[in-house]
Amino acid sequence: MTALLTVEHLTMRFGGLVAVDDLSFEAEDRSVTAIIGPNGAGKTTVFNCLTGFYRPSVGSLRVEKDGRLHRLERMEGFRIARDARLARTFQNIRLFPQMTVLENLLVAQHQSLMKASGWSVLGLLGSSAYRAAEQEAIERAVGWLRRIGLEGAVNLEAGTLSYGDQRRLEIARAMCTKPVLLCLDEPAAGLNPRESADLCNLLVSIRDDDGIGVLLIEHDMSVVMSISDRIVVLDHGSRIAEGDPSSVSRDPAVIRAYLGEEEGAA
Amino acid sequence: MAGTVAASGSGDARPLSSALRDAFVISIVAVVVMLPMIGLFTTPSGGALVVETRFPELGLAVLLVFLGRLGLNWAVEDHPAGAGALGAGTAIAGTGGLFPGHLLTALAIGGGLLLVFVAATKSRAGTVAWRSLSAKTGNLARSGVWIGAALILFAVALPWLPFTDRRLLDLATLVLIYVMLGWGLNIVVGLAGLLDLGYVAFYAVGAYSFALLAQHFDFSFWMALPVAGLMAAFFGIVLGFPVLRLRGDYLAIVTLGFGEMIRVILINWVPVTRGPDGISGIPRPTFFGLSLTRRPPEGAESFHDYFNLPYAPADRVIFLFYIVLVLALLTNLFIRRIRRLPVGRAWEALREDEIACRSLGLNPTNIKLSAFALGAMFGGLAGCVFAARQGFISPESFTFIESAIILAVVVLGGMGNQLGVAIAAVLLIGLPEWFRELQEYRMLAFGALMVLIMAWRPRGLLAQRSPTALLRRDGKSA
Repeated sequence: MTALLTVEHLTMRFGGLVAVDDLSFEAEDRSVTAIIGPNGAGKTTVFNCLTGFYRPSVGSLRVEKDGRLHRLERMEGFRIARDARLARTFQNIRLFPQMTVLENLLVAQHQSLMKASGWSVLGLLGSSAYRAAEQEAIERAVGWLRRIGLEGAVNLEAGTLSYGDQRRLEIARAMCTKPVLLCLDEPAAGLNPRESADLCNLLVSIRDDDGIGVLLIEHDMSVVMSISDRIVVLDHGSRIAEGDPSSVSRDPAVIRAYLGEEEGAA
Repeated sequence: MAGTVAASGSGDARPLSSALRDAFVISIVAVVVMLPMIGLFTTPSGGALVVETRFPELGLAVLLVFLGRLGLNWAVEDHPAGAGALGAGTAIAGTGGLFPGHLLTALAIGGGLLLVFVAATKSRAGTVAWRSLSAKTGNLARSGVWIGAALILFAVALPWLPFTDRRLLDLATLVLIYVMLGWGLNIVVGLAGLLDLGYVAFYAVGAYSFALLAQHFDFSFWMALPVAGLMAAFFGIVLGFPVLRLRGDYLAIVTLGFGEMIRVILINWVPVTRGPDGISGIPRPTFFGLSLTRRPPEGAESFHDYFNLPYAPADRVIFLFYIVLVLALLTNLFIRRIRRLPVGRAWEALREDEIACRSLGLNPTNIKLSAFALGAMFGGLAGCVFAARQGFISPESFTFIESAIILAVVVLGGMGNQLGVAIAAVLLIGLPEWFRELQEYRMLAFGALMVLIMAWRPRGLLAQRSPTALLRRDGKSA
């Protein structure tokens, strides 16, 4: 398999604090790559560099799909989402709470709808081409709602949904941008075991059926171990281990980072 | 009166006595506070200051405090009937001229009515009525289409109704101008969530564009109208660029400064704008080239000559009213449509969460600039109409208070709700003008109205947001 995302020598400094230190890893297409590590290890900072919210101090971030290469470290945040097609969700859910579930999913399809509406001119004149495009966008949205089991909530305000539903809706909204890489920041946080299991099934289906890469930050080890194809372990901003789930879970450096060193050990 | 209340509340006599005791204590505090303020006052008497007393007034003021406190206590302690009777009695005594001086009379009437109001909302029947009223106004938004249609019909018929005079029509024109301004600002504040305190700048740009074009290049109203809109939109973008990174309070301050800047430029750039003297002789709109004045300017034919009608000065007012009505309806149609387009949805998404917008590939710069430009454009169109209505403009018409009133129209109407903004414009512009007879109490009533609306409906008259896309059961979008 080819590397979809290549991160090389990524360093992010905030004044004197080095949040991410010379980090290199790859994420492959059609696979789930998990980034784990203790709190404050720099996982979310890596995400923010990838999605353009921070400009990395040093390093190169490349996304390559179908022979088209995008260098993320030089792109503005919205261009990364629009052109390089990285979609992300947030640790603290960021839906549009006063808009309906359907509207949330339509905003995610802004680019194609904007073109279809002739940058609003044709849309204002009520062109039938735009109406067809809007109908198609609604169908895509409803298709996603069916996949996450929320088709009954289509006209509800997003802010009124339960926590678990909001998490799934945020993933559906990210998927409506037709991404090549889906970046999820702690998607299982606050979910009960059944919801976590549903989430695992959804992510596996996104990987296999939609055929895109998934990059995942997660603390819930049952989720990470059951769906990850590859795990990158961070501690204090550096990579301390990388590999498949079984090898990482046995890695002494990982165990040390999570459980602490034994007293008297060298 | 106290006896009936005690009888009705015989189950719990304790609150009654505690209410009395509390009111009594408060009255003593009132005596202490008001003795030097009301009870004693100084008058100059032959070069020296003499202290005089006003004990009757002091007594009446303390009595008012006692009655008001007692009424409030009763209202919250399940004796709303007694509180209501007390309030009504006080108000009637006030209107009967029992209290000396304007202030005490106003306090007695106002306080009494307020007490009746509070008591009515606290009583059981009142609570039910209040709930149903609130629910009904909630339904208003849902049945907004019908109310909107009825309002439009009323507006179309207004010039021909028997009670309509020239003054009312002129006022209706002004109200419609503010409706347009409110709808324009609603794009920026209500939909895109960008607090703009300098909206009057675009109103001024539109008005001065027309005035200057008419003066120097003989532009007619109809030629100047699109230019005024485009100029204002251009200024909207000029303002938009520097404030792209700002949000909330900081944005509000910068827009406030921008509004003042435009006004100061208008005052000081005398060679072009004639400064504080303003520009007069702005041409009136023509009806397909026909002038509506008594004596048309040279080379033009007048409306009444062409149609062989007697000259009626009201024709011009009616014509202007219909122009503004049509422009306002076009504004409404435009905004209703664009709200359902991707760009309108992007405005609302930006209001909800700018970071999420970025993560979905939306360019916040373009979204903000388009909101500023379109909002400003409607401000400019309204300004052009305003110049045509007045025939004379000066920087005095474009002070900060105008921005504040337009913003109040939007906030009181319910951010993002078109019908609510229209109703608020009628309330805030129409009523104060209509009640000019109240003179100095006019602004007091204006403020009280705003407070009452915000207390009653904190999110505006019609806060309900209608979704821009709905999925019906048959799978079609509505």
